[in-house]
Amino acid sequence: MIEISNLAKKFAVENPKKLSDQEKKDPRLKGRFFHSVQDVSFYCESGEVLGLLGPNGAGKTTTLRMLSTALTPDSGEIIINGTNVVTKPVIARQMIGFLSGSTGLYGRLTGRENIAYFGQLHGMSEEKIDAKITELADILDMHTFLDRRSENFSTGMKQKTAIARAVVHDPKVVILDEPTTGLDIMAAQTVLDFISRLKEQGVPVIFSTHHLDEVAELCDRVTVIHHGKTHFSDSFDAFKAQAEGSLHKSFMHVINQGA
Amino acid sequence: MWKVMLKEIKELLRDRKTLFFMVALPILVFPLLIGLVMFFAGKAVDKAENKVLDYAVVGAQYAPALVEDLAASDLFNQVMIDEGEDIAAFVKSEQADFVLVIPDNFSEDALQSGQIELSLYLNDAGLNMVRRRLDQIVDVYAERSQQKAFASLELDETQQQALIEPIVIKKVDVADKRENWGEKIGGMIPYFIFMLCLQGAMIPATDLGAGEKERGTLETLLISPIERHKLVLGKFLTIALAGATSALITVSSMAVWGLVISQGMAIKMVSEFMSAINAIDFVLMFLMLVPVVAIFSAVLLSLSIYARSFKEAQGYMTPLVFAVIVPVMLAMLPGVELKGGWAWVPLTNVALAIKELIKGTMDYFQLFAIFSSTAVIAGALLYFCVFWFNKEKVLFR
Repeated sequence: MIEISNLAKKFAVENPKKLSDQEKKDPRLKGRFFHSVQDVSFYCESGEVLGLLGPNGAGKTTTLRMLSTALTPDSGEIIINGTNVVTKPVIARQMIGFLSGSTGLYGRLTGRENIAYFGQLHGMSEEKIDAKITELADILDMHTFLDRRSENFSTGMKQKTAIARAVVHDPKVVILDEPTTGLDIMAAQTVLDFISRLKEQGVPVIFSTHHLDEVAELCDRVTVIHHGKTHFSDSFDAFKAQAEGSLHKSFMHVINQGA
Repeated sequence: MWKVMLKEIKELLRDRKTLFFMVALPILVFPLLIGLVMFFAGKAVDKAENKVLDYAVVGAQYAPALVEDLAASDLFNQVMIDEGEDIAAFVKSEQADFVLVIPDNFSEDALQSGQIELSLYLNDAGLNMVRRRLDQIVDVYAERSQQKAFASLELDETQQQALIEPIVIKKVDVADKRENWGEKIGGMIPYFIFMLCLQGAMIPATDLGAGEKERGTLETLLISPIERHKLVLGKFLTIALAGATSALITVSSMAVWGLVISQGMAIKMVSEFMSAINAIDFVLMFLMLVPVVAIFSAVLLSLSIYARSFKEAQGYMTPLVFAVIVPVMLAMLPGVELKGGWAWVPLTNVALAIKELIKGTMDYFQLFAIFSSTAVIAGALLYFCVFWFNKEKVLFR
């Protein structure tokens, strides 16, 4: 179970002259600070998949980065299974598996070494890592390329390796930042299959996306953020009921409602 | 920390580009280049030595014997110059390699003629053998004239010698061979070693910082449950090790190639010089390099993690080379010695100390100043590096 309440994060603007016109018009720009995330709250129960929606620059990535402990929030709370991520980041990291669409691999290491390295960083023993890699390789069908250098991998192979790396330590929560962006259809399907498998195992998943069909396929809950604020956070059915017709209309309705 | 380091080293060793720069370049390419330069230089000297020189003589009638000797030499070929022609223009237009002008007072009786001045017109800008060959012939006449004069004055051997050189200054050098050589080459060695350490650390540093950002692996690494300072230390140690290894490989390859090339003639001098420096001095040199490499590595890693890409990182690192040259240049200046304030100037003090160690005139008490100032700076930079790795502004630019 993950609970996020009133999360906020601002960034200092180094050179205000460099901002684009659109950024200058953004209500979040206040003086020398850009308040990327102002007030984001949502929660996700075990076995649920939460879809994080929002236009580009809404603050999705910043929110997920705070969730993954890469960034420290200015205010607000993130509680995963009772542990406060903000005050105990190192413990929280052991519970989190994180994957983004732009995640890379160490090209000069083999797929196996890439996964094993993160297993080691998580303090796992050699045997445990070996067993886990074999298990994941079975599930993700990775045996044919596992011991090759990852610089020559196809996008699909890379994504499978990245998935295996993200869950090698059996995380309690999995966070995915636009995991299918830039992937071909097959690689994207690998990711979606992986999410539904986690759902079956009862691991809560939070992922951001622009593809509403993915939301329809997988999500139990939907959160929409716009200009760094939560505009909607409820069940998928409630989201669907926002507007007649399509999910796109529901999305537009939610965005316009708050404006 | 060790896990991070082991993984980084494994990755480095699999990178052909890095290995090429760290290993192949110093072992094979540098000596090859130096060898090529020496080969062509040798050829040029050879050519100059064997070339037959064209010459012309003005005033040949005043010294027929000398002119005959010139003509008899295999290495000269006489050409004609018209009377009254502009000699300088004649040489410039390459009609002859040199023109010798003999004055009318030329004789073999120095007491009668006074000093005889031969004018030699030549283009002295390039490598040439004119003077050496001419001296061989003219000296015979000069000596003969001298002997004749001495004989007519009835001087004995000692008087002759005294007349040739009335006062002689005899130099008694208290510096032994080692100190002498150490002063000459001791300034250059730290310069090379510093540059090599920096160069060797640069490529892995780019890879370990900016490379992680560019490949998109940094974020995943940052959210793994390893404390940030351990992550930094692991990377830092890898870079430092690479820098030191690269320098060590280069220096040993230079030594080996130096011995191979200088076989025979100079080998005795080189080995004598090397054996004069004892093992402790070598160890001290290496120990002093440790904090220096640490300084380089911490700075390089800080720059590298700040950069968004390889290209940006390389842009930041290039000026660093110049920043390192300055303190080492200071150490080469005359009058800058390992005393007082200079012993506390980072990099300069190590460069000076290496020079002193090579010379064998090291004041071992200065080691305290050297180690403490360098170690303090290295420690501070490393601390900064950890601080830097905790800045969101740096990591997510």
